[in-house]
Amino acid sequence: MLGEGILKGLAETAKNFAGSFVSEERLTTVEYPEQRLPQIENTRDFPFLVYDGEDPMAGLRCVSCQICEKECPPKCIYIVKSTDKKPDYVGKAQFYPTRFDIDISVCMSCQICVEVCPFDAIKMDTEFELSTSDRFGGLILDKHKLAKPNSYYQKIHPTEAAEVDGRLEEEKQKLEAKAKAAAEAAAAKAAADAAAKNAAVAPEGQA
Amino acid sequence: MSTSAIRSYLPPVIEVDAENELLEVAMGPHHPSTHGVFRMDVALDGERVVRLKPVFGYLHRNHEKIAEKTTYLASMPYTDRLDYFCSMTNNWAYALAVEKLAGLEVPERAEYIRVITAELTRIQNHASAIGFLMQEMGASGTPLMYAFREREKILDLFEELSGSRMMCNYMRFGGCRVDLPEGWLDRVSRLVAELPRFVDEMEALLTGNEILMARAQGVGVLKPDLAVNAGVTGVMLRATGVNYDVRKVDHYGIYDRFAFRVPLGDHGDIYDRYMLRVLEMRESIRILEQALPQIPAGPILDPKSKPRGFRPKPGEAYGRIEAPKGELGFYLISDGSGNPYRYRVRPPSLINLTILEDMCLGQNVADVVLIFGSVDIVLGEVDR
Repeated sequence: MLGEGILKGLAETAKNFAGSFVSEERLTTVEYPEQRLPQIENTRDFPFLVYDGEDPMAGLRCVSCQICEKECPPKCIYIVKSTDKKPDYVGKAQFYPTRFDIDISVCMSCQICVEVCPFDAIKMDTEFELSTSDRFGGLILDKHKLAKPNSYYQKIHPTEAAEVDGRLEEEKQKLEAKAKAAAEAAAAKAAADAAAKNAAVAPEGQA
Repeated sequence: MSTSAIRSYLPPVIEVDAENELLEVAMGPHHPSTHGVFRMDVALDGERVVRLKPVFGYLHRNHEKIAEKTTYLASMPYTDRLDYFCSMTNNWAYALAVEKLAGLEVPERAEYIRVITAELTRIQNHASAIGFLMQEMGASGTPLMYAFREREKILDLFEELSGSRMMCNYMRFGGCRVDLPEGWLDRVSRLVAELPRFVDEMEALLTGNEILMARAQGVGVLKPDLAVNAGVTGVMLRATGVNYDVRKVDHYGIYDRFAFRVPLGDHGDIYDRYMLRVLEMRESIRILEQALPQIPAGPILDPKSKPRGFRPKPGEAYGRIEAPKGELGFYLISDGSGNPYRYRVRPPSLINLTILEDMCLGQNVADVVLIFGSVDIVLGEVDR
């Protein structure tokens, strides 16, 4: 019969229309600013810099190695390396970025900077409501705007952050163990030297 | 080759009434039916198309030259932006080419993840391609929204996996970037269990529809020999009855392990292309049903692969896969440095578009929109 296919299709749309009043599952949209979907954990949009401790500028993990600047596909990162060193959060003297800018109007959220960073200093944010009326200055984020605490990173990407923290803790312990071993070795060496000296001196004394 | 044989590949010459003046219409670049910025210069004799000149390049972004000036890894996010509906398959094709070039091995688990993401991509691409075709036929909204409802579920899964809905940037040379999140496979299995119902619904809505049949059957016919000679691939080629699927021909990845059929058309018209997309969605569901329970545990990345300082030895490689739109290939030449000496994309969308005039000549101008829609292109890939 001509028109059978159309009627069958209309029955399908009618089923969907009526079903949306009955089943919550058929309502697939949410009214955005009032209602929000739960954040998906792995979501990424723009990078930020992680800092440890209280002071954002003193605690930055970034040591200004400029690998992310070099590897960034659209070249949206701009870093000026410091000429002096200052202690980082574990107290080791490191270079630091005097300037770290990301132009998020150029950034394409590919997270290659995160992958290549050997210091876990740059991570992806999930903040997406960044619209601004100032399209020049407002979209260039400097290091003060980019710096966010480690606790924030743990909040937005809990699984990934736990893994990173575990790794950093392990490295820190390894470093400490190494430092301790070195100190012990130095102490032992000093003791041995002293003993040798004493041994060397003693015969003289005897003589 | 004889002249008559050559003539058979040329567009047919349309007889024009000398009394009538031809009407020249520029469709696009800002026309709702052009899937982006694409222009067709159409010459009309009444309602009939006498000449059609496709004009592209409005979305040219210098992808290939940029890739030659940057590292291998840095091109990966740019491949997402070729065919932005199917970033997973684009990633795979590029990764495959680099793996051939550098001789990297892909671990078992990563191969399974690649198949699963690629087949999900195929389902959502075909669903939306059908939706857009119906939109152009005048079925405003409903089929497209049904397709987008399902597509959204798949994109949510991609976001959980890779962090981004469309610009996944997920695959790496020798594997994948991150392992599956907790419970991801269960959620995919649940979705795959629901998908046949969606395909049934789509078919109930459209397959027997008299308006669709009247407008699509016998329109935009493509002959098999012309399709083969023009290098047309994917659904466009199979709708003409030529059995050519890179998954079966090239045995890339682990497609040998799955039982699936390659649906073939008979007439090469718009309706065949629509039907083939529906059938391919069903076959993709079959592959997913087989792949999901089999996925093994293990590493997801070749230990030889590294994000920085990647320098394959001099040589060349061509990696190709069956992307939802056709054969997507990447041709690379390495001179041993950190960036490719030559980088070339074989874009299925562009090559499938080259026979647009042949399909449109002699048809009504209203059918041009449909024929163009049935090719299923994305301008990001056509212009690069």
